[in-house]
Amino acid sequence: MTAITENSIPVTARNTKDEMIAFGLMTALLLVVPLTGVYPFFVMQALCFALLACAFNLLIGYGGLLSFGHAMFLGTAGYITAHALKVWGLTPELAILVGTAGAAGLGIVTGVVAIRRQGIYFSMITLALSQLLYFIYLQTPFTHGEDGIQGIPQGHLFGIFNLANPTILYYVVLAGFLFGFLLIFRTINSPFGEVLKAIRENEQRAISLGYKTDQYKLLAYILSGTLAGFAGSLKVFVAQNASLTDVHWTMSGEIVLMTLVGGLGTVFGPVVGAFVIIAMQQYLAGFGQWVTVIQGVIFVVCVLTFRRGVVGEIAHHFRRSL
Amino acid sequence: MQALYAQLLVGLINGSFYALLSLGLAVIFGMLNIINFAHGAVYMMGAFVAYFLLNLAGIGYWPALIIAPVVVGIFGMFLERTMLKWLSGLDHLYGLLLTFGLALIIQGVFQNYFGSSGLPYSIPDELKGGMNLGFMFLPIYRGWVVVFSLIVCLLTWYLIERTRLGAYLRAATENPTLVRAFGVNVPRMITLTYGLGVGLAALAGVLSAPINQKYFYPEASNTVVFVLMVLVLLVKPSGLTGRAA
Amino acid sequence: MKNRISAVLLAAALASAASGAAFAQDKTIKIGVLTDNSGLYSDLGGAGSTLAAQMAVEDSGLAAKGWKIDVISADHQNKPDIATNIARQWIDVEKVDIFMDVLNSGVALAVNNLVKEKNSIMINTGAASSDLTNAQCSPNTVHWVYDTYMLANSTGQALVKAGGDTWFFLTADYAFGAALERDTTAVVTKAGGKVIGGVKHPLNTADFSSFLLQAQASKAKIIGMANAGGDTTNTIKQASEFGIVAGGQKLAGLLLFITDVHSLGLKVAQGLNFTETFYWDLNEGTRAFSKRFSARAKNKAVPSMVQAGVYSGLIHYFKALEAMSGNPHDGAKVVAKMKEMPTDDPLFGKGTIRVDGRKIHPAYLFEVKKPEESKSPWDYYKVVGTTPGDQAFRPLSESSCPLVKK
Repeated sequence: MTAITENSIPVTARNTKDEMIAFGLMTALLLVVPLTGVYPFFVMQALCFALLACAFNLLIGYGGLLSFGHAMFLGTAGYITAHALKVWGLTPELAILVGTAGAAGLGIVTGVVAIRRQGIYFSMITLALSQLLYFIYLQTPFTHGEDGIQGIPQGHLFGIFNLANPTILYYVVLAGFLFGFLLIFRTINSPFGEVLKAIRENEQRAISLGYKTDQYKLLAYILSGTLAGFAGSLKVFVAQNASLTDVHWTMSGEIVLMTLVGGLGTVFGPVVGAFVIIAMQQYLAGFGQWVTVIQGVIFVVCVLTFRRGVVGEIAHHFRRSL
Repeated sequence: MQALYAQLLVGLINGSFYALLSLGLAVIFGMLNIINFAHGAVYMMGAFVAYFLLNLAGIGYWPALIIAPVVVGIFGMFLERTMLKWLSGLDHLYGLLLTFGLALIIQGVFQNYFGSSGLPYSIPDELKGGMNLGFMFLPIYRGWVVVFSLIVCLLTWYLIERTRLGAYLRAATENPTLVRAFGVNVPRMITLTYGLGVGLAALAGVLSAPINQKYFYPEASNTVVFVLMVLVLLVKPSGLTGRAA
Repeated sequence: MKNRISAVLLAAALASAASGAAFAQDKTIKIGVLTDNSGLYSDLGGAGSTLAAQMAVEDSGLAAKGWKIDVISADHQNKPDIATNIARQWIDVEKVDIFMDVLNSGVALAVNNLVKEKNSIMINTGAASSDLTNAQCSPNTVHWVYDTYMLANSTGQALVKAGGDTWFFLTADYAFGAALERDTTAVVTKAGGKVIGGVKHPLNTADFSSFLLQAQASKAKIIGMANAGGDTTNTIKQASEFGIVAGGQKLAGLLLFITDVHSLGLKVAQGLNFTETFYWDLNEGTRAFSKRFSARAKNKAVPSMVQAGVYSGLIHYFKALEAMSGNPHDGAKVVAKMKEMPTDDPLFGKGTIRVDGRKIHPAYLFEVKKPEESKSPWDYYKVVGTTPGDQAFRPLSESSCPLVKK
């Protein structure tokens, strides 16, 4: 079985020093953003997508499963959080919790169905499930169909942090991102992560060693979905709306694109990829009609010549693991 | 009761149309193990080529039914030769990702040049009008779609299962190394297969041009692909896995 | 003219009253055209809307009077979150004063909230949702061209009056379709007509034959299409194939634009009835503008009503700013001024802006011409009915907009 990613993550226990240094560098950079005059909302948006892509990457990079329906977690958690804030009047921390829990529940239900298949079949089943959900959300009254949930109050986190203030919101989103990122990092370096890698490399052998591989895959799937949902909940505070675009299958495609550009199966690749793609959408918006075509070209170029992605190529060049 | 007959007949019409559409996807998936995400895009191209033939060269529906699939099929072979070929030996998911990118490009370009609302194309005079079947009014064009789709499906089946070329194709995708040893040009076989699949999509595009305004509208062609993918996966759930479980 | 002179006099008086503050009257304007450049609605707004904005700037003659006006545009890709991000950045960094076009209801409602929060301005010419001037109304938003209530109202009323008193609905099965059907049903019933049936179809249906068969069997005089975009055009195309219009029934579109008619072709679209508030061939003023527009537009297209709205809205905005003799960069204040002044331009004629932000002008019921009646490219419509502005839109008495005092 050929693995989807060419970025070789050593199966043996490894030295994580390089990754620690890179992580420190990334955190420092992100911490000073509000001081540099870079537009904070752009970075916040990118951080949400970075977390989303990291969650997706957990599944493909370490579990070898390409989900083409990850937008369903993003959208579901977003809708629930938005509804909780606006209609139920919950506090931000509770709303995030409810939204993320919703995504986790969705992960359990869809995971049981999807995890039975692999490769293309897994991709197609996740795609079909997310399409199903898209049409459900189009119909249900609480999502307000094409209009979406708008004008969501941001509120005060834990009763003290005023999220309407961009700088405070920025650090809250950053904290959320770092929390999610570290959780993923911890997971892939845990015994659980090692078993996942073993399954990706050779599932038959893992089974013969006595591992219940389906359970491991299901757990990874649920974790990935939950974290994707967490990203969706955070995004609600940034965008102040929840809409159908977040559940649409093109969003699932964009998640794949981000991870592909940054580097499938690298730790930092999804983060870089998310920033590249979000920057592109933002700054190419002026080019209008060509955004789709440019995205398509990047897809093709990446697949044909650049399969390791930005971070993967750098890591490969310096023979480090990032 | 009348309504029931009418609905059954409409179901037959739609069914045969989808069968033709998914045939190309099934051929590509079954033989090359690639989920051709660009299927909707080439399908749309088929309709567009028919439109250009009519408006630029004055070539009508009937010749377009042959010319458009050939043109788009050649385009597909070009794509296979220049891009898809380099992915052989890699995980099949890369094929899905590549064709997804291609779909975005093709749709984007068509939308930029020809707008998003679609273009007009009318039913050929020979197939205009309808018959009153007593329980419903059947437009002749719908009848034509049923008959034509069934014929094409049968021909494709015959080509793959009963001819020498089909045998080569099947063998080449089953065990490429062995077939190459027999002196068969395997890469050419694969290119031909992809071209055939893409051509079938384009044929469906021409067939749908007079009745479905929407298929001139590039973005929406994706919805069609979903239906098809699910169909293909349901119809051939085993034997095509192609991968060690 | 009188207004301008007095404004000039006032400005002069203020300036001579010394104090640098009055002298520094800001004469810069930045216009942001936020539209769909690449997707579903790009023919309707898109690059054409930016062109219309540029033409408005040129025609206003403000540059000669020392004003500095910039037009920028961006593609919101029909995604509310991308749209709010761009809009936020436009307001915070680019200092954009006014948002034009903003097609797509989801996007429009998202930008509507932001514009209110930041005290900017949106003149919406593209979105259909009548919520923009109803429950979601804002002191910073003007809804210029059309909305769903008006379309249902005008089309329903005029057709019943013309004898189409039995209706059958083909409704897209989601909130938008249901709302259109509900609004139209109310109008039809009120005008003395009767709805004798209806059928719901899933969104993005490829084949309408079974729904059309039911519509045909119902023998209703009018088949109302409570759907949009590709669903509507597909319905029309397949209805022509089933000989529905030829059989004596009429198709009524509840959300349809000239771009759709163009793409369908007259052979298929003939006999179709629907409402728009602008058509290039209405009068001398619209013809003159459209000729200049089409000479510069992609594919030589005539302006859609959305694009015409961008031009007309900006002309009025400029008038308000001139009357204020400078740009105060205060959205609510400028919009209040715009509501005070009556509107008048060659494209939409005389009109007003209501307190809820609804621009009032007449609505026209059009019928699509037969191919042999069409004399030139884009010669598509004949006017079959006109609803005066004060009857076309949702009356204030039914409004749930908090700006309306009752």
